[in-house]
Amino acid sequence: MFYHIGRYTTMLSYLFAKPERVSTYWKRLIDEIIQLGVKSLFMVVLMSAFMGAVLVIQTASAIESAWIPDYTVGFTVKQTLILEFCPTIISLILAGKVGSNIASELGTMRVTEQIDALEVMGVNSIGFLIGPKILGSLFIFPILIMYSMFFGFVGGWALCYLTEIIPIEQYLLGIQSFSYENYEYLRYALIKTVFFAFIITSVSSYFGYYTSGGALEVGKSSTKAVVYSSILILMINVLLTQLLLD
Amino acid sequence: MIEIKNISKSFSGVQVLDDVSFTFQKGKTNLIIGKSGSGKSVLTKCIVGLLEPDEGEIIYDGRSFRGINNKERKEIRKELGMLFQGGALFDSLSVEENVAFPLKMFSNSSKEEILERTNFCLNRVNIINKNNLFPAEISGGMQKRVAIARAIAMNPKYLFCDEPNSGLDPVTAIVIDELIKEITEEYQMTTVVITHDMNSVLEIGDNIMFIYEGMNKWVGDRNTILNTDVKELNNFVYVSKFLRQFKEML
Repeated sequence: MFYHIGRYTTMLSYLFAKPERVSTYWKRLIDEIIQLGVKSLFMVVLMSAFMGAVLVIQTASAIESAWIPDYTVGFTVKQTLILEFCPTIISLILAGKVGSNIASELGTMRVTEQIDALEVMGVNSIGFLIGPKILGSLFIFPILIMYSMFFGFVGGWALCYLTEIIPIEQYLLGIQSFSYENYEYLRYALIKTVFFAFIITSVSSYFGYYTSGGALEVGKSSTKAVVYSSILILMINVLLTQLLLD
Repeated sequence: MIEIKNISKSFSGVQVLDDVSFTFQKGKTNLIIGKSGSGKSVLTKCIVGLLEPDEGEIIYDGRSFRGINNKERKEIRKELGMLFQGGALFDSLSVEENVAFPLKMFSNSSKEEILERTNFCLNRVNIINKNNLFPAEISGGMQKRVAIARAIAMNPKYLFCDEPNSGLDPVTAIVIDELIKEITEEYQMTTVVITHDMNSVLEIGDNIMFIYEGMNKWVGDRNTILNTDVKELNNFVYVSKFLRQFKEML
């Protein structure tokens, strides 16, 4: 375990080396933002919308009582989406999609000697390949999470509109309630997302970059990337929640 | 010229290279030959700095490659070109972008100059009108030629080719061999070719080192390799019954 921590830390230290050509790195950064973020947008929007709808149904059936106002459903959905579902669950889903993509891409580059080719040319392969992925995710993941929150609310609203499970006005009232707290919670969610983005890209890059062997090992690296990223996300989630909300 | 002196390397207690010394000469095609698993690729990776030898010295035209800082190492690496066994072209880049890659990273040339140099290198390896294709869209032989074009793009002083003929038919293999030899003589590079293909040995072997179980067993050229008394090398060269009978006839 200490061997992996040491090697992971060493890998991160190479990210701070001076880039050979800033313009090339800039182009790579834009490519990674598109690859990691923009191409995940559809999945994030779709899942968030359905999850928002499901949360409305579940909350409405759980608190069906004359004593509890209908807007509580909207309020609960909002809290669930902002505090936990969007930053954590969507990050776990992104760990599966983006993490496996990164690990298999770098793993394949390793076993087909493309990384060796970069090194022989004198390119800092870690800075060139991994740096833009980490920076790109730190920028785009919070934006994805904000989209996720918005479309989660939209999903809930659409369900209210279609089924009239609760009146739309009540749902919207719940969503807008206690707005002074929303900024704090949003800040908490986005801070968490930045940490999760770093974990997903750096851990997946680590397993992909240090792949050795052939196609079988690329698959194993991909699996390890998803498993370890997910575990770390859940552990850091507890720590950050304690630090930021307590 | 590249000199390697007393190179040793082991992995988890297994000795892969044992006190290997040799001089790779400028303007000649230097070959490292030997069976699979004899240590050829490990030796090459040590020479280009992808692996760190346990002992020994590597000297590029009087400049030691060991015990130097990263900046100095990078400077030497900019003078290296390498053709990998599978080509190692970047999948996400087109043929043109692959060849232009080292130029964009390390040269101060304008876009037009980079394009001109890229096209020159591609023409030199007979790749014409394939600039916008991706590596997956061209044949194995073409991939090797594009990889050679990328390797020579920066006008390297030293060219390394790791089994350039692997996976190629004999006709394409000869084309690649001839190309490597021509380029070496034309640009007066120090070229190191790792191979176990006897056709290549006899075609381009100006200066040959035979490695057996991690040790330098024989040094010579393509004219002397057929008449050697070294048993291990004879077993390598005359591997088939037909060739052994042919040798006896001679």
